[in-house]
Amino acid sequence: MATPLLQVHNLNVEAGGNRILTGIDLEIAPGEVHAIMGPNGSGKSTLAHVLAGREGYDITAGEVLYEGRNLLELEPEERARGGVFLAFQYPVEIPGVNNTYFLKAAVNAVRKHRGETELDAMDFLALVKEKMKLLEMDDSLLNRPVNEGFSGGEKKRNEILQMALLDPRLAVLDETDSGLDIDALRIVARGVDSMRGAERSFLVVTHYQRLLDYIVPDHVHVLANGRIVKSGGKELALELEEKGYSWIDDEVVKEAR
Amino acid sequence: MSTDSIRRVTEGEYKYGFTTEIETDSVPPGLNEDVIRLISAKKEEPEFMLEWRLKAYRQWLKMKEPHWAHVEYPPVDYQEIVYYSAPKQKPKLKSLDEVDPELLETFEKLGISLEEQKRLAGVAVDAVFDSVSVATTYKKKLGELGILFCSFSEAVREHPELVQKYLGSVVPYTDNFFAALNSAVFSDGSFVYVPKGVRCPMELSTYFRINAADTGQFERTLIIADEGAYVSYLEGCTAPMRDTNQLHAAVVELVALDDAEIKYSTVQNWYPGDKDGKGGIYNFVTKRGACRGRNSKISWTQVETGSAITWKYPSCILQGDNSVGEFYSVAVTNHYQQADTGTKMIHIGKNTRSTIISKGISAGHGQQSYRGLVKVMKGADRARNYSQCDSMLMGDRCGAHTFPYIEVKNPSARLEHEATTSKIGEDQIYYCKQRGLSEEDAVNLIVNGFCKEVFRELPMEFAVEAQKLLSVTLEDAVG
Ligand SMILES: Nc1ncnc2c1ncn2[C@@H]1O[C@H](COP(=O)(O)OP(=O)(O)OP(=O)(O)O)[C@@H](O)[C@H]1O
Ligand SMILES: [Mg+2]
Repeated sequence: MATPLLQVHNLNVEAGGNRILTGIDLEIAPGEVHAIMGPNGSGKSTLAHVLAGREGYDITAGEVLYEGRNLLELEPEERARGGVFLAFQYPVEIPGVNNTYFLKAAVNAVRKHRGETELDAMDFLALVKEKMKLLEMDDSLLNRPVNEGFSGGEKKRNEILQMALLDPRLAVLDETDSGLDIDALRIVARGVDSMRGAERSFLVVTHYQRLLDYIVPDHVHVLANGRIVKSGGKELALELEEKGYSWIDDEVVKEAR
Repeated sequence: MSTDSIRRVTEGEYKYGFTTEIETDSVPPGLNEDVIRLISAKKEEPEFMLEWRLKAYRQWLKMKEPHWAHVEYPPVDYQEIVYYSAPKQKPKLKSLDEVDPELLETFEKLGISLEEQKRLAGVAVDAVFDSVSVATTYKKKLGELGILFCSFSEAVREHPELVQKYLGSVVPYTDNFFAALNSAVFSDGSFVYVPKGVRCPMELSTYFRINAADTGQFERTLIIADEGAYVSYLEGCTAPMRDTNQLHAAVVELVALDDAEIKYSTVQNWYPGDKDGKGGIYNFVTKRGACRGRNSKISWTQVETGSAITWKYPSCILQGDNSVGEFYSVAVTNHYQQADTGTKMIHIGKNTRSTIISKGISAGHGQQSYRGLVKVMKGADRARNYSQCDSMLMGDRCGAHTFPYIEVKNPSARLEHEATTSKIGEDQIYYCKQRGLSEEDAVNLIVNGFCKEVFRELPMEFAVEAQKLLSVTLEDAVG
């Protein structure tokens, strides 16, 4: 088996005095797609943000290795440049900052780190237009301030556009499907699916099986009360959809509490 | 011609004017009627000018220094200020190697050209740089259009009728303590007259400099746009201006007649004092524009990053029917800087409109107040005002305060006021970093976005400089 791209061992996280993650173990090999499902408040976004390097969390135990190196000691921008991408559940608005300008700055920051030449305005525009076509996005979003006044669905598409532009090795998608209409879901999911490859891995957080029809996962995990209480193949998502979380062994859930 | 070269040229002129006209050094510190007579005599002023200065002085003696602004500073001893001194040549250095490396580093970050760096740092510049031919071309072009653009002293000598007609007509010497003082002792400044129907084809620009140490600086600027005329004027520069504690009490008067428009843009970066708040310039300025004619328009745009204390309210008197006043401001206070700034919009004519967009950024121990007055007089039917005051805080030791004053005497007026105060978003910084941007780039991006509505009012080159200036000013402000 290939060496895992991401290894999470016994990760324990607190925030604001609450224990949120209590012993997460997770390994993602290159090319794999893992889905994480679980009830509201179970800690899915917390896990995503801890991987991305957001401040304000106490890592009380455990470790996270990315490409074999300690991920937790890196700044968020170092992780991003190293190929870790997070599509936010709630994308942030940056008033007054032109979306194209922002995307270009991001792309060039990452390219610079990789030792690639920075793209000029023309080349960048060509690249972004190509990716937008894939996601069937409206050009007008380029000239608006980052996420400001975007509809919920537009924000989510903008996240995936950024993923497509930044070409990450590990993409964490936090409920990218929430807020998308049926057509948009199909378009976005196909866009994501087209980016699958032997070198790229995905951690997809979702509440709905539907997304996984398009992005078929290799593994599905159920997160409850800060812990992975069950893991399985793609059929686990189907079962969950059918029976709800209460179906999962009551014992396990109780224990987790 | 680029703004830079224009600025260089006007700067050259300025210097030239001084060296030819003034031979004496300074008078002893202190102020009395003899000092004022001396100033006027040195400048070979006509009688009316001296009379005016003396009247202003006598008025000033009866006034008290105001203390209503939200700023604190040790008392100013007005008898310790030197009120007249010929500009001493800055010590000429032979090369940039002799200049304070820290200053050079700042120049570098601001993207100031080598030649410009030399000039600002007082290094001898070669003849090509101080090119007379550029100045001549420039003067010629303005001359052909009948536009007058010269130092205030020159205007007093060459165009006394215009000076006498308009000087003090917007800011009378009775206006306030600092305006009275300025009127009595003003050193020099700029004068612009754009004749009827002429659109000034280039931006007029002048550096304001404090020439010799411990000399209170009293600039006087008068800009007149005759009927249907247009002019855009740039004041200041982004390069840091170093000096010891100094009072800077300038007066700027703008007059727009029927259908005329004046756009006045300022980038102010006087020495703000060190990180502990020592030193720095007191910038107490009176700026006011009169939209005297119908359909006239005056826009103030300012980017204030310097000075230990800034106290200024560029204002518009909207006298002509349908006249328009605008105020766009970005003010930054870092370390121990204090700023109390804003505007006054006085609606007198019918259908007068005003817009106020103020963006305040506080970091470190910086204290900042927005103070704005919107006054609608009885006859100002259907006057309209829109005000928006946003404050951004970086860290938790700084402060932002908003003091909006509204006086409405006409029921048909419509006024809108919006105000927000926010901390620079941790989430925004994190989001940018997650996309690979450094913290510094993230902060710059967010701050520039915050100031966008103001920056877009600045002439293109100025806007680029202003953005850079902001990022240098706010270095290390977060984190
Ligand atoms: N900074 C914080 N301080 C205190 N509690 C926090 C903090 N961040 C998250 N929590 C709590 O941790 C729990 C997990 O939150 P998280 O956002 O990770 O849930 P989630 O699984 O993503 O939920 P959802 O499905 O609703 O998005 C919640 O109860 C939340 O209130
Ligand atoms: Mg969540």
